[in-house]
Amino acid sequence: MSITTSGLDGRPAPAVPRPGSTASGPAYDEVAKSPIFRQLVQERTSFGWILTGLMLLVYFGFIGLIAFDKSLLAVKLGSGTASVGLLMGVVVILFAFLLTGLYVMRANTRYDALAAELKRSLGR
Amino acid sequence: MIRTLSFLGAALLAGPALAAGPDMGAVQQQATNWPAIGMFLFFVLFTLGITYKAAKGTKSAADFYAAGGGISAGTNSLAIAGDYMSAASFLGISGLVYTSGFDGLIYSTGFLVGWPIVLFLIAERLRNLGKFTFADVASFRLDQTSIRIISATGTLVVVAFYLIAQMVGAGKLIQLLFGLPYLYAVVIVGVLMIVYVAFGGMKATTWVQVIKACLLLGGATFMAGAVLLKYGFNPEALFASAVATHPKGDAIMAPGGLVSNPVEAISLGVGLMFGTAGLPHILMRFFTVSDAQAARKSVFYATGLIGYFYILTFIIGFGGIALLMSDPSYFKLGPAGAFDKLKDMLGGTNMVAVNLANAVGGPYFLGFISAVAFATILAVVAGLTLAGASAVSHDLYAQVIARGRTTEKHEVNLSKIAAVVIGIVAIYLGYVFENQNVAFMVGLAFSVAASCNFPVLAMSILWRGTTTWGALLGGLVGLISAVTMVVLSKAVWVATLGHAAAIFPYDNPALFSMPLAFATIWIVSTLDKSRRAERERAAFEAQFVRSETGIGAEGAHAH
Repeated sequence: MSITTSGLDGRPAPAVPRPGSTASGPAYDEVAKSPIFRQLVQERTSFGWILTGLMLLVYFGFIGLIAFDKSLLAVKLGSGTASVGLLMGVVVILFAFLLTGLYVMRANTRYDALAAELKRSLGR
Repeated sequence: MIRTLSFLGAALLAGPALAAGPDMGAVQQQATNWPAIGMFLFFVLFTLGITYKAAKGTKSAADFYAAGGGISAGTNSLAIAGDYMSAASFLGISGLVYTSGFDGLIYSTGFLVGWPIVLFLIAERLRNLGKFTFADVASFRLDQTSIRIISATGTLVVVAFYLIAQMVGAGKLIQLLFGLPYLYAVVIVGVLMIVYVAFGGMKATTWVQVIKACLLLGGATFMAGAVLLKYGFNPEALFASAVATHPKGDAIMAPGGLVSNPVEAISLGVGLMFGTAGLPHILMRFFTVSDAQAARKSVFYATGLIGYFYILTFIIGFGGIALLMSDPSYFKLGPAGAFDKLKDMLGGTNMVAVNLANAVGGPYFLGFISAVAFATILAVVAGLTLAGASAVSHDLYAQVIARGRTTEKHEVNLSKIAAVVIGIVAIYLGYVFENQNVAFMVGLAFSVAASCNFPVLAMSILWRGTTTWGALLGGLVGLISAVTMVVLSKAVWVATLGHAAAIFPYDNPALFSMPLAFATIWIVSTLDKSRRAERERAAFEAQFVRSETGIGAEGAHAH
């Protein structure tokens, strides 16, 4: 990204003060009103929260089973030595990795495309 | 009784005697291990060379704090994974798997599942809003002085507890692994971390971390591979052999005594999960990449590397059971050659991975793994020192004391001085705490991160209504309640202070202290009708646009 510090960042005391910089210049209003921006934020926020919810559900479900139903986790897989709990632990680890992968895939394609479209529409 | 995070911390840090409680002073110094020392010296020389190169290329504040923003996503993911794969994870979790089997997996999963949360809620927005420290982000539209003070305090508290734990752990571990006296080890670690940070800044700290991550992942892969090779790459055969050997038998395949109280289990989970999203030395790494895309990718790769690493430690722990438990040469023998498989391992159960290295790779591989364990501690403390020094110079000095009227050069110099001071203090604390029980400190660091840093950061980024008063008081409430609850818990109140019964019944406060912090931020912000609060809510729009799109963000700093 070629944009460097723009001076619109609202941050006090940059090393070199930029005259005329304000906390909310017109550029921000323009972006905030853009339908593309709204769509991007809406899609990404809801996707992010859904994935967060899934991760919480899976992890605290696992912890809940450890706390409340140890015998279920001790059940053997088939006739072997490995237990259901062991499999679940590994699945939680893989699930966390897959979720991050899913998010990154969607972000790399859909969200980056929307962001690029937004920047084009703003003439940047 | 759940042993909790503290256990793990202890596990690692305390070395062998840890399970025995506060009596960690009894670590026996081993014979001087020359191959390990040789390999470690090679690591030190190599990393000093990198530091020298990094020092020559470190001119601006952006170079010092954020490696010029020129770190690639792949490199950053290794550095993040390196920060996270401490010696505690490697030795502590494999030792825990060795004694309790399945229970080790509870920690592995807990440490990993914070990463998706970091990615979905924090990483990209942090990169879009911030510059060098997470306080930059939290104070983006709020009052600089108040928010920087609370963020820097949270950072320094986390860094202090983490550092003490690591320093004491380093001393004990090196006594065992290298046969060097405790104080030598603490001084060597302290001096080297000062050199890395003060001269090489973030560049040196990152590359030391990357090299260590590669060595650790390589070593652990070789070990797990060697174990699996003995069982024809059939995990089922490994498990069967472990169950046949372990005194607890089939019980090691199911949850054991580690988690018996549901509240404790969930509180541990909350602390591990959200603490990750509030660790200052980890959050800093998101400013070393060029943009939000790179930040996002680095979390994805790092999650993969860390998950892979935890699966390896699990295999290593089971390998320890299967291959070491019936071999008396790895145990302190009692009369008539009898030994307790769980308690009498040479060097203690935290040495499972180290002893297994000898079993599968001989004395030179043992030396290699010992050197890697030392390098691991060194790299982690360097990252912590840099985070602490940045909080002092960039947040407290530049913004609070000098109120922005300082030069970049002056600020960076101050940061270097802060790194030296933090290093000296760490050596001193490592010395003072040698015979103290520091087991609870890693747990406390995670709890403070989850209860102070994370709520302040998350609420200021995600909720329009957050005001300075809300964030300041909420952060303070989280910090004070987390520390107080730990002090009143069994680990400190009974084990360290010698009282008869704990006042706070759980070892992990996060389930209580974190919601308390969020609630305080929400209530105080809602009640805050000041004009400043109005301005801060109005300024959310601009912050929101930038956090979501990166428009106006600090671009790559690389020249």
